[in-house]
Amino acid sequence: MTATGIGAPVRRKEDFRFITGKGRYVDDINRPGQAYAYFLRSPHAHATINKIDTSAALKEPGVVAILTGDDVAADKVGGLICGWMIHNKDGSPMKGGAHPALAHGKVRYVGDHVAVVIAETLAQARDASEKIEVDYGVLPAAASIESARKAGAAAIHDVAPDNQVYDWHIGDKAAADAAFAQAKHVTKLDIVNNRLVPNPMEPRAAVGDYDMGSDSFTLYTTSQNPHVARLVLSAFIGIAPENKLRVIAPDVGGGFGSKIFIYAEETICVWAAKKVGRPVKWTSDRTEAFLSDAHGRDHVTHAEMALGDNGKILGLRVKTRANMGAYLSTFASSVPTYLYAPLLSGQYNIPAIYAEVEAVYTNTAPVDAYRGAGRPEATFVIERLAEVAARELHMDPAEFRRRNFVTQFPHQTPVIMAYDAGDYDASLTLAQKMHDTAGFLARKAASAANGKLRGIGYSAYIEACGIAPSAAVGSLGAGVGLWESAEVRVNPVGTVEILTGSHSHGQGHETTFAQLVSSRLGIPLENVSIVHGDTDKVQMGMGTYGSRSGAVGMSAIVKALDKIEAKAKKVAAHVLEAAEGDIEFKDGKFTVKGTDKSADFGTVALNAYIAHKFNGQELEPGLKESAFWDPTNFTFPAGVHICELEIDPATGVIKIDRWTAVDDFGNVINPMIVEGQVHGGIAQGVGQALLEGAVYDESGQLLTASFMDYTMPRADDLPSYNVGMTVTPCPSNPLGIKGCGEAGAIASPPAVINAITNALGHENITMPATPEKVWRAAQSAVRKQAAE
Amino acid sequence: MYAFTHHSATSIADAVKSVGEGKYLAGGHTLVPTMKQRLAMPGNIVDLNKVAELKGVSDNGGVLTVKAMTRHYEVENSPVVQKAIPGLAKLAGGIGDPQVRHRGTMGGSVANNDPAADYPAAVLALNATIVTDRRRIAADDYFKGLFTTALEDSELITAIEFPHADSFSYAKFRNPASLYAMVGVAIAKKGGAVRVAVTGAGSDGVFRWKEAEDKLAANFTAAALDGLAVSPSRVNGDLHGSAEYRAHLIGVMAKRAMGA
Repeated sequence: MTATGIGAPVRRKEDFRFITGKGRYVDDINRPGQAYAYFLRSPHAHATINKIDTSAALKEPGVVAILTGDDVAADKVGGLICGWMIHNKDGSPMKGGAHPALAHGKVRYVGDHVAVVIAETLAQARDASEKIEVDYGVLPAAASIESARKAGAAAIHDVAPDNQVYDWHIGDKAAADAAFAQAKHVTKLDIVNNRLVPNPMEPRAAVGDYDMGSDSFTLYTTSQNPHVARLVLSAFIGIAPENKLRVIAPDVGGGFGSKIFIYAEETICVWAAKKVGRPVKWTSDRTEAFLSDAHGRDHVTHAEMALGDNGKILGLRVKTRANMGAYLSTFASSVPTYLYAPLLSGQYNIPAIYAEVEAVYTNTAPVDAYRGAGRPEATFVIERLAEVAARELHMDPAEFRRRNFVTQFPHQTPVIMAYDAGDYDASLTLAQKMHDTAGFLARKAASAANGKLRGIGYSAYIEACGIAPSAAVGSLGAGVGLWESAEVRVNPVGTVEILTGSHSHGQGHETTFAQLVSSRLGIPLENVSIVHGDTDKVQMGMGTYGSRSGAVGMSAIVKALDKIEAKAKKVAAHVLEAAEGDIEFKDGKFTVKGTDKSADFGTVALNAYIAHKFNGQELEPGLKESAFWDPTNFTFPAGVHICELEIDPATGVIKIDRWTAVDDFGNVINPMIVEGQVHGGIAQGVGQALLEGAVYDESGQLLTASFMDYTMPRADDLPSYNVGMTVTPCPSNPLGIKGCGEAGAIASPPAVINAITNALGHENITMPATPEKVWRAAQSAVRKQAAE
Repeated sequence: MYAFTHHSATSIADAVKSVGEGKYLAGGHTLVPTMKQRLAMPGNIVDLNKVAELKGVSDNGGVLTVKAMTRHYEVENSPVVQKAIPGLAKLAGGIGDPQVRHRGTMGGSVANNDPAADYPAAVLALNATIVTDRRRIAADDYFKGLFTTALEDSELITAIEFPHADSFSYAKFRNPASLYAMVGVAIAKKGGAVRVAVTGAGSDGVFRWKEAEDKLAANFTAAALDGLAVSPSRVNGDLHGSAEYRAHLIGVMAKRAMGA
């Protein structure tokens, strides 16, 4: 390993510009003559729009245009789409309601887009919006799954009269029922996976620009996948053909999934740019972000685990209801189905699994993928069940897990997934040692002496990353392929540009990708530049989400580098006057086998372009190659997190005392960046477990619409983490990478809740475990501890 | 934010003369965000930040005077405050975060009377006097409910006078999201008299907890509060804590203020 090569903790190249304020985000982009968009949003959760009168507003100073759903319909702008078709148990397709970019005839959640005011300044647009008169016919709202599915509830979409989007299942019901019939013990749990607001640091933003001369559009947008945005805006929404639409996602300040999706605002900005003949800019404020960014999670689940002799798991039955919000967001339908239920086997050998999922429309913001997307929900189900089963069987929770771990690979679960590599016991054993689990009882006694309740909780998670192969996800209903593309451009002086379809919005690709290329080509790190986020520069791409940039995006780079090396060897053979078969490439040098003749990478690159030493008819000049990589399988990162915490029973306040995370991400390019991903993921998972929760009242008003009421994790809510790693390389990609972006957020919520319930001695706590809930739940535990 | 006129006052008299139907701007921590959210729309802002006679801290050996535009950071770090009423300096050091403490002022906080603010508990427990451009108001007569005070239109707080106490302490439980006081309890003892003021929890804003005062006057220890509870009926409840929980926390924070 060199100082900057694979495995080196290289400091992030991109941080200099970020911490000196030199990043270039969408809101930093201003086009000549641009106007500003302000969206008038629905104050009602469910209402008909009887009339919109814009006449007074149009007379306000600075107003350029006011557009409504009628204008969108008149221009035949297509609706926002959901790109994953789910089929019901009976084989019929899910019921997807229309999702016009501006509401047409009806609003379905507070924050729904009623009209857009475009004006010379944002303040003028907002002032004018207050003069728009909307005649609403308020309808009964259903803010929760129960109220939406109640008999007689108002239909949110005509296509789904009972508000059910789909009723889906997976697994073998008969086999699962047979397992439960044989069970010695059954553990049952009712679980709520709380709704979350993503809250990336940078809110969403868009600038739409239209060039009349070339009849082409440019959209600057906060996207995790600009090519997918272009595809959807072209092929489905119909803004312009792809060759007339350029999508640029420059620096993006966090996404966590919420910037995967194609939203109304960017659609309107790019469409309106042509309509008003001005560039149109919109930047979300924080309140709009709370109201209109796609939320995450929001499942209600009943789960049962059948247990046989010696704590062996025989089967699993899971019934989940998922709140989809008022419309199906871009990938919403896949999250509680294929991204969720196939992970219910966890790290365990479970012979029979049957899961049913009902998705429900409600009058709330749309719900879609958020860091982990389905896998945190699955992990919460299986890891809570495992912990409670162990307790009910009076077994050590670590030992219970060990007995049920998958130990032979490949392992086919009953729910699609074929685990390819792992050593779950190795992670558990290392985590226990690092954590000093043996010292827990002594620490618990010391806490008790101070009047505190101490608990420990495990979470042995598995996730599926690098979602793939394309043909497989296509057969499950995905509307897109899930490969990645890369292009390697070697310049004549030997510097290199990597154009990648992955998109970095905090992940540090400019550093890790450069480390890969630098070590492969034997050139200095600073000679490698990473280009991403522009459909006019990068040939194609599927973007960054689902921890796929390492496993899929970097694999595409490797494939292109293989081609570069092959071509460079042909050039080197001419330069060194040797047979191509005798050329070897190592540490940035081309050598001729058995001789001391050599040429460095830069020399060969220059010769590729000057093309003096070979016949240009036989060997093409230049050194530039591209590749598409379509994996053969998902990757399966896994690990063990242990949370230990102390409860103050007088107030219910929890202090996380120690946290150990041992992850198997396969091979690691930059351990420092990986650790950072683990830290951030745990922070978000602890946020879900203890602090965060989006709350709507019965009328569909979002009560947690600002940081005054929505509790984000802060540094002092979190401990210093012990992070360890084990490695089983992933066999399905050339680098052996599994992915690390979501692991912390997936692993941590059950670890926290298992620790709290361990401290309390009972299971009666839901997320977020706020001080009041914990205080109430702790009363019986205090009495019990006093009695002991 | 809507358009407004801005006047930078040069003196107390100038400020009072200029305010009309407008608003005084002290630290701006409540006013500016509500203006940005278009919830407040004053046509006229009279900025107090350059009024020299509204700044500073002094002590005459029996009474600590904090002028209205004194920032929380200055109260926290003032040797005069630290010597006269150390618990007040400590309370100031626990308001918000460093940015807030460098901007927010005592007069602004007391004039606004946010039910979750810390200073009202100190003012009430220490039996302070609110000094305005036209009169002196005893703490017991000043706080009139949520965001409501005895101040008249255009009346400007110029200083707050805190009589020294034998002891003063404050304990608070923060709202997990906003970090404002969800419950804050201030306890002051002077001779045989004890005053206990509760902020954050009261359905009418800051209030005195007379039962606790009586118990502590008889026996000034945390144990004296055992078994004593505030009725949830006078306590507000919301998303972050029910009335029952807040009422319980008042007891816990009172004991913690007593060092338990």
